[in-house]
Amino acid sequence: MNILVFVKQVPDTETRIQLKDGSVDTSAVKWVANPYDEFAIEEALRIRERLGQGKVTVVSLGPDRVKEAIKYALSLGADEGVHVKGDGVALWDPLAVATVLAGAAKKAGFDLILTGKQGVDHDWSQAGIILAELLDLPHVSVVVSLEVNPESKRGKAKREVEGGAEVVEFSLPAVITAQKGLNEPRYASLKGIMAVKKKVIPEWTLADLGVDPAAVSESAASVRFVEFSLPPPREKGRILEGEPVETARELVRILREEAKVL
Amino acid sequence: MAGYAVVAELKDGSARKVSLEMLAEARRLAGDSGGEVAAIALGALAPGEAERLASYGADTIVHVEGESLAPYATEAHAAGVKAAVDRAKPETLFLGATSQGKDLAPRVSARLRVGLGSDCTGFELRSGDLIAKRPIFAGKAFAKVSWNAARPRIATVRPNTFTPLQPDGSRKAQVEKVSMPDVKARARVVGFEKSEGEMLDLTEANIIVSGGRAMQGPENFEILRKLCKVLGATLGASRAAVDAGWIDHSHQVGQTGKVVNPTVYFAIGISGAIQHLAGMSSSRTIVAINKDKDAPIFKVASYGIVGDLYQVVPLLTEEFRKSLKE
Repeated sequence: MNILVFVKQVPDTETRIQLKDGSVDTSAVKWVANPYDEFAIEEALRIRERLGQGKVTVVSLGPDRVKEAIKYALSLGADEGVHVKGDGVALWDPLAVATVLAGAAKKAGFDLILTGKQGVDHDWSQAGIILAELLDLPHVSVVVSLEVNPESKRGKAKREVEGGAEVVEFSLPAVITAQKGLNEPRYASLKGIMAVKKKVIPEWTLADLGVDPAAVSESAASVRFVEFSLPPPREKGRILEGEPVETARELVRILREEAKVL
Repeated sequence: MAGYAVVAELKDGSARKVSLEMLAEARRLAGDSGGEVAAIALGALAPGEAERLASYGADTIVHVEGESLAPYATEAHAAGVKAAVDRAKPETLFLGATSQGKDLAPRVSARLRVGLGSDCTGFELRSGDLIAKRPIFAGKAFAKVSWNAARPRIATVRPNTFTPLQPDGSRKAQVEKVSMPDVKARARVVGFEKSEGEMLDLTEANIIVSGGRAMQGPENFEILRKLCKVLGATLGASRAAVDAGWIDHSHQVGQTGKVVNPTVYFAIGISGAIQHLAGMSSSRTIVAINKDKDAPIFKVASYGIVGDLYQVVPLLTEEFRKSLKE
């Protein structure tokens, strides 16, 4: 079973977002593999281990720095990594990104595609689902539990929804987008980290994928950011100190009588 | 030709509240630009539902019916939305930023090859062109988004952002029936598993009580559940508590959990890591209870108690119980 995992590189969630010249300032950002993509990588490795066969290929689109995210996935146990060069691609546009990823998927070949339910940077929650549509595949999004059977080419997943989980049955090949809770990602082993050094990460260009650069260019983007802002600062709060009995009573009084929110 | 179309998310044949919220916002925007507002309904409608959608602001109801629409399957619903869009030809299409809307909208966007702005929290018209505001980095920042010339523009709209109109029973809408192409969906919902208790979902909750690292273990969440019960609140948690395995991930608030905006958010034993603050700092009132007076959570708190949660929270629960009974 060939499993493809699409991984995005994003600012670490501990990053404080700041603006510079009207854009998000990424100069001091620590780049990491998108947390939701980590669940996708882990699930791919577990499926391979459960089946006792198969290949996990990790693909990342973007500038040269995304090789670090690929190496991280390789250190966890992915078999191969591919860097798709993002030059000239509207990397903020889910439709453009998914168009390039669809080209990469066709070139790599697959029985199952896994990726995170959203990137924790732009929070679009779109690329995986658009990818499924462009490849004419079924998908299940926001998945917290997954079973696949390569013989019957069927799968069963649970997806998180308001107030519970939906159980979804689907046919393979398919696209699955991972939610936290799907699994607990492993840490890289020393052996894994050493093994990465020997791996060659091929670079694919749009020409290699047969993707028309004009269709995914910045000027053709379906959506664009026109302005950024930071949330307004919150008003200074009131801190209650003293005996717990007193502070508890005072807090209830304030919330009910002054703030009138309860 | 409709200016705006709203995909009504139906539960047992009735539109959920977010659909009425979107109708109100579409009405407001259409008022500025003179377009019509259509509601798109997929599947069986409860008796009187078309009239109800009209009373909340729809000029037209595009009603798509077909066997493949139930139970929910993304591919079938995408085909249904496309059929309705081909009929109504809206400039702008709204879906709720709900589990279903977020699953469906990207499919529709890809099928129509048009742009999609997700999880929007505000709209404005600039020289007739629609601009949406949406949080990025889980609310650490906001971005304004515009679309290219392809139509319809699609946006998913965050629930609880807009207020439904006062229903006006004298408003009438024309119902247009559209037949559904037969779709063999390759992924389909076959069951539903309800989660813990009677609590509202975090994203819909008016009051949230969240616990963090200082809860020390799963058993102590019982203290918070008692407070939740008295307040009718939903239980939340920080990433530290979830990653320690004390509580299920579906309770997590923050950048790798839910982004919430309740009226009151209680942060109990939560230090206030930046990825947690991102998910809750748009709450109207924030109450922090923490032993450490220097904890970052106090910087965003409207009210704070510096103290031991194991003493304070049971007392607080008792005070609320007494006070709310009166």
